[in-house]
Amino acid sequence: MTTTTPTTPMPVDKRPRLQHEMRTTGRRRGRAIPTAILLLGAFYTLLPVAWVIIAASKSRSELFSTFTFAPGTGLWENLQNLFAYGDGQYGQWALNSLFYAGLGSVLSTLISTMAGFALAKYEFPGRQAIFYAILGGVLLPGITLAIPQYLLMSKMGMAGSYWSVLLPTLISPFSIYLARVYAMSSVPTEMMEAARIDGASEARMFVSLVLPMMVPGMVTVFMLQFVGTWNNFLLPYVMLSNERMYPLTVGLYTLLSKGSGEPALYSLAITGAALSIIPLVLLMLFLQRFWRLDLISGGLKG
Amino acid sequence: MSTETPQTDAASMLVTGTAPPQNRRRRRRLAPYVFLAPSMLLFVAFLAVPIVYAVYLSLRGFRLTGGGAFGQRREVFVGFANYVSTFTDPEFFAGFTRLAVYGAIAIPLTLGLALLFALLLDLPRAKATRFSRTAIFIPYAVPGVVASLLWGFLYLPSTSPFSYITEQLGWGTIGFLDGTMLFSSVANIAIWSGVGFNMIIIYTSLRGIPSDVYEAARLDGATEWQIARKIKIPLVAPALVLTGIFSLIGTLQLYGEPTTLRPMTSEISQTWVPLMKIYRDAFVRDDLPLAAASSVVLAVGTLLVSLLVLRLVQKRAFGDDS
Repeated sequence: MTTTTPTTPMPVDKRPRLQHEMRTTGRRRGRAIPTAILLLGAFYTLLPVAWVIIAASKSRSELFSTFTFAPGTGLWENLQNLFAYGDGQYGQWALNSLFYAGLGSVLSTLISTMAGFALAKYEFPGRQAIFYAILGGVLLPGITLAIPQYLLMSKMGMAGSYWSVLLPTLISPFSIYLARVYAMSSVPTEMMEAARIDGASEARMFVSLVLPMMVPGMVTVFMLQFVGTWNNFLLPYVMLSNERMYPLTVGLYTLLSKGSGEPALYSLAITGAALSIIPLVLLMLFLQRFWRLDLISGGLKG
Repeated sequence: MSTETPQTDAASMLVTGTAPPQNRRRRRRLAPYVFLAPSMLLFVAFLAVPIVYAVYLSLRGFRLTGGGAFGQRREVFVGFANYVSTFTDPEFFAGFTRLAVYGAIAIPLTLGLALLFALLLDLPRAKATRFSRTAIFIPYAVPGVVASLLWGFLYLPSTSPFSYITEQLGWGTIGFLDGTMLFSSVANIAIWSGVGFNMIIIYTSLRGIPSDVYEAARLDGATEWQIARKIKIPLVAPALVLTGIFSLIGTLQLYGEPTTLRPMTSEISQTWVPLMKIYRDAFVRDDLPLAAASSVVLAVGTLLVSLLVLRLVQKRAFGDDS
C-alpha cells in the first residue's frame, strides 16, 4: 500500500479492490466459526438447565426409566409433593433465602457505599490503615472464616438464630472496595465543595447528592452481594440446626443427602432445584441492563 | 464558637438549616469516621475477632484428667500441638493435593474459555452474541450446590444422557464419578459455574478499549487473531489477573460441590478437601481446637498465595491507592 508511485496507478488501484474482495469472502467464511463456538458454549451452559426442567416434569418411575431428555407426566404431582414436604418446608426455605439475601444485600450495599465513599472522598488519619485492612479482607474471603465465626457465635449464644446467618454477610470487603472505586470516578469533589458552601451538612450532602450519583455502582454491589448470599452454603450449613430456618441451598442439600436412602426424595430435590433457579435467572436477566461490571475490571487501572 | 453569640448561632441555623462554620468543619473531620463506623464495627466483629479467637482456640486443646470412665475433658493451653498435628496429618495434605489436581484442571480451563468467549463476543463479525452472552452467563445465578445437584444427575449412570447414548452404542456407562475422572467431573462444575462471570468481566474490560486503538491495525491488514494476541490480550491483562486470583481463592475454598456429590459416589471421602476435613474435625469429632488450627493454616495459606500471585504480576491489580 505504501509503494504508490505516480507512474503506476493501475496496480495500486486494483490491489485494494482485490484485497477488499478477499476480505469480504474471508469474513463470510470467518463468521461461521466464532458464532459456532459461542453457540457451543451456550449449549454447554444451557444443557443442565434444560435437563433439570425436563426432569422436574417426570414422575418417580419415569425419572430412572425413560430417556433423560424425554418430558414426563408428573410435573403437577412433583410440585404438590414438593410443597407438601415437611409441612411446606420448601416454601419456608425460599422465603428464608429471600430474607437472608434480600435484607442482607440491601443493608450491606448501604454500609459498603458509605464506607467506600468515605475512603474515596475524605482525607483523614487512619485512612490508609483501614484501606489495607479491607484489601486484606478481599483476599481472605468469607468461607474460611465460617467456622471461626460459628465458634464465636456459639460462644455468644447466637448460633442457630437468623442473626447468625444475616450479620456475617453484611460485611463485604469486596463491596467496599467496589464502592470506593465507583465513588472515586463518579462523585466530583467540586460538587461536594459547592454543596458545602451552600451550607449543606455532610449527612445531607451524602443523602441528597452523593447517593443518587452512586446508584449504578450500588446496583452492581447489590447484585453481586445478592447472588453471593443466595448461593452461600457453608455459613448457613454451619450455623443453623433448625430445618425451618434453612435457606434453599442447605434445604436442597438435605433433600439430596436423605435421597440416597430414600429415592423418592430425588424427584423432590430435582423439582426444588428447577424451581429455585427460575426467579434468580429472571432477576439477573432483568438487572443485567443496569449493572456496571466494568467497575470490577475498571477499578484495576487506578 | 467563642466569637458568635447564641442568637446568631440560632439565626444561622434557621437560615441555612446547618451548624455554624467551625462546628461544620469539625463535623467534616468526623464525617468519614461516622460513614465508616458501621462497616468497621462489622469488620471487627465478624472478621477480626473470629480470626483472633480462632488463633487463640488453635493454641488450646483437650486433655483428659482423672482417667477411666469418670475422666473429665478439660480445655488447656497446648502451644503449637494442634499446628503440629495439622501439618503432620497426611489427610490434610492429601486434601491439598486433590485440590491442586482439581485446580490445575479448573482454573486454566475457566479462564481460557472465558477469555476465548470474551474475544469472540468482541469480534465485529460474530452473530447471535446477545443470546450466547446471556446463556453463558446464566450459571452465575445458579448456586454451587444446585449446580452440583444438576451435574450429579447428569453424571449418575441411571439418569445420565451421556451414559444413555454410550449404552445404546453398546459401550456401557461412563464412570464420571469414579477414579481419576472424578477430578474432571468436579472441575467441570466449577468451570460451568465460573466461565460466564469471568467472561463478562473480561468482555466489559475489552469494551472499555477505544476502538481506534485497533482500527489502525485493521487498516494495516492485521488479522483478528493478531489483533487479539498483540493488542487486546495485553490490554485486558489486569482483568485476567483479577479473575485469576479470584479463581485461585475460589479453588482453595472448594467445599459445597464435593459435599453435594458425596451422596452419589463413594469416591469422595469425608475429608476429600481441606475445608471438608476442617468441618469434620469441628462438628463430627468435636475437636474445635484442631479445626481452628487448620482454619488458620488455610486462611494464612490463601492470603500468602494471593499475595504471591499479586507480587508475581507486579501489583498490576489493587496497586492503586491514590
